Amino acid sequence: MSENIKADKVLDLKGLPCPMPIVKISKGIKEVEINQVIQAITTDPGSLTDFPAWARTNGHEILDTIQGDDTITFYIKRVK
Amino acid sequence: MEDLQKQIDELKAQMSGFDAKVQSNKLSMIVFSGDLDKALAAFIVGTGAVAMGMEVVMFFTFWGTTMLRAKDKSVKGKDPVSKMFGAMLPKGASKLKLSNMNMGGAGTAMMKSLMKKKNVASLDEMIEMAGELGVNIYVCEMSMDLMGFEPKEMVDYPGLTYCGVAKFLEEAIDSKIQLFL
Repeated sequence: MSENIKADKVLDLKGLPCPMPIVKISKGIKEVEINQVIQAITTDPGSLTDFPAWARTNGHEILDTIQGDDTITFYIKRVK
Repeated sequence: MEDLQKQIDELKAQMSGFDAKVQSNKLSMIVFSGDLDKALAAFIVGTGAVAMGMEVVMFFTFWGTTMLRAKDKSVKGKDPVSKMFGAMLPKGASKLKLSNMNMGGAGTAMMKSLMKKKNVASLDEMIEMAGELGVNIYVCEMSMDLMGFEPKEMVDYPGLTYCGVAKFLEEAIDSKIQLFL
């Protein structure tokens, strides 16, 4: 699915532990327009649960989550 | 029919009461502890809550006030007891110790080097980040007075305000989350 998603902005959050990935994505999402997509790449395993929790609370949509060997890539659509 | 209308009116009155009690999307936290580990937890939750879209209020009291002392500022002419407190208490966030496994400072030093290795933000960095994110910091006036700390020896934090318990309670009353650390 992810091959079809075009990211409007890429956020490299590799190597950052809690709470930085969430703090940075909450800043980053404001830098794209509504309905645009952010690609965020993390290495923090906690972000697997944290990103969906953050997205639900703030009303954004995670379009796809891809787990690589060392990284997790999220495609997040800014909804509001 | 009249009964029904009465019941509806009563319900409406109750509902408007609920509306008034709706809490704001806010987290209020008392930071009482002056331990490094607890202080880190406080700032991780605080900055995380901003990321979750919440307004955050941190109220520093008792030992918690020590982490807001500026390491490069001092005040002359204090009375002997205040001087003693000043010398014995940690002078700023970088001087805090672990609540557990401090081992005469060795444990704390080990934890700090581990944090650096694992890229975990230091307490100083967390406080700076909290300032950038707009976390509101209130400091208990009475604790300041007890410890002999003066405002001019505290860190430069945007909007830092000195207050009493009423200010904290005003913020806590309509907060969704209240924490004590």
